[in-house]
Amino acid sequence: MYRELRSHIISLLNAGIRLDGRKLTDYRKPIELEYGVVKTAEGSARVRIGDTDVMVGIKLDVGEPYPDTPDEGTIIVGAELLPLSNPEFELGPPGIQAIELARVVDRGIRESKALDFKKLCITPKEKIWMVIIDICPINDAGNLLDASSLAAIAALKDAKYPSFDGEKIDYKQKTDKKLQLEKTPIAVTVIKISDKFIVDPDVEEERVIDARLTVSSIEDGTLCAMQKGGDFPLTIDEISKMIDIGIEKGKELRKYL
Amino acid sequence: MIEDKSICVPGEVLAIGMDTLPGAGTYREGEKIIANRLGLAVIDGRTIKLVPLSGRYIPKTGDTIICKVIDVGFNGWRLDTNSAYSAMMSMKDATSEFIARGANLTQYYDLGDFIVCKIVNVTSQKLIDVTMKGPGLRKLDGGRIIEVDPNKVPRIIGKQGSMVVMIKDATNCNIVVGQNGLIWIYGEPMNELLAIQAIRKIEKESHMSGLTEKIKEFLEKNRKK
Repeated sequence: MYRELRSHIISLLNAGIRLDGRKLTDYRKPIELEYGVVKTAEGSARVRIGDTDVMVGIKLDVGEPYPDTPDEGTIIVGAELLPLSNPEFELGPPGIQAIELARVVDRGIRESKALDFKKLCITPKEKIWMVIIDICPINDAGNLLDASSLAAIAALKDAKYPSFDGEKIDYKQKTDKKLQLEKTPIAVTVIKISDKFIVDPDVEEERVIDARLTVSSIEDGTLCAMQKGGDFPLTIDEISKMIDIGIEKGKELRKYL
Repeated sequence: MIEDKSICVPGEVLAIGMDTLPGAGTYREGEKIIANRLGLAVIDGRTIKLVPLSGRYIPKTGDTIICKVIDVGFNGWRLDTNSAYSAMMSMKDATSEFIARGANLTQYYDLGDFIVCKIVNVTSQKLIDVTMKGPGLRKLDGGRIIEVDPNKVPRIIGKQGSMVVMIKDATNCNIVVGQNGLIWIYGEPMNELLAIQAIRKIEKESHMSGLTEKIKEFLEKNRKK
């Protein structure tokens, strides 16, 4: 379907340049991060990478713990790909792309232990805090995965507990107590087209990818989650190269937090 | 009656009375002539027409457009025209070659290919017929397609094509501008980028006077780097 576009992109990549003039492993400029954009949410953030624009809101609710982890809170990540952000998205139950997006963000936060789930417990076996993370893309100009992960971690950083008297939550009153972030996992999606690796694809590049690997890493460069996508397989060498790029770029992105 | 070259919004009354006639982008309701869209009102003798400032492309007979193949049927191709309506190209309009009965049409134009074609007819129901027979009408191999505001296309082309020729000369790129707002560019990577930057600049500053000079300056300044 995109044969011409693909061969054109590959010939550009061989010359060391991308469609919009960037280097192979450059993020689009500017990257902007705003905190507290939604007043009704406990925490929120908006991230812009180039033309891509994502808002994430955090809601805190009290619920019952899972029977196998009676003293741990939990997180729930949901993503809704609005038709407003991309003409290819449609209303209705979340599709594969939305589910994958939510799961990649979820796994980055969960597996890096960014939130200490034990600290979300109010009374064991009875009451815990549930952290509900909602991802809402405003404009999809490529690379929703990275933008959403960054926005999610920024929103968590911004989140404050609402006042809770043991029975009811009063969402109108926020306390000064912040949600404690232990670590900051940053997801970087590394794309393979032909034999070249790039980061931060735009819409056209996303159409012609061979494979992609989303690498989540924390401050000291420890890998905490990965997600492979695309139709082509990856060799072990390629994966380790992609991880190196991912961790290095993750450090760059973390500066915006 | 309103002044010449004033900006109008949809629903605005442009003139009252039967002396004036409604042109493109306007309609008559009783005595009044009312604007259909956002644009500049141009008074030409007795008629008032609107030069649109925004909006999608509306197909017109005789336009040369760049289309994308979205379906290959048994007797022709369906094309996306970057407007609300898709176009149909029948086998006899596609090529001067002989196409055998039952031939595989994808060997001529495949799904996702971009072609330059000309609109031969637009019916009142907006069914569009296009042809590939004519000078410069062909399949686009290589290069890339960018999308611009179709209302800015006349500015990008310039008077007698002066603007686009200037960009072509400065960047050594092959450029085809479709009336529907799609532009095909093919050249050296850095030159392609420069051409795109120049086109974006024209799009952004299309209302300014002395645009040709500005773009010339821009191209000369950036070419040396």
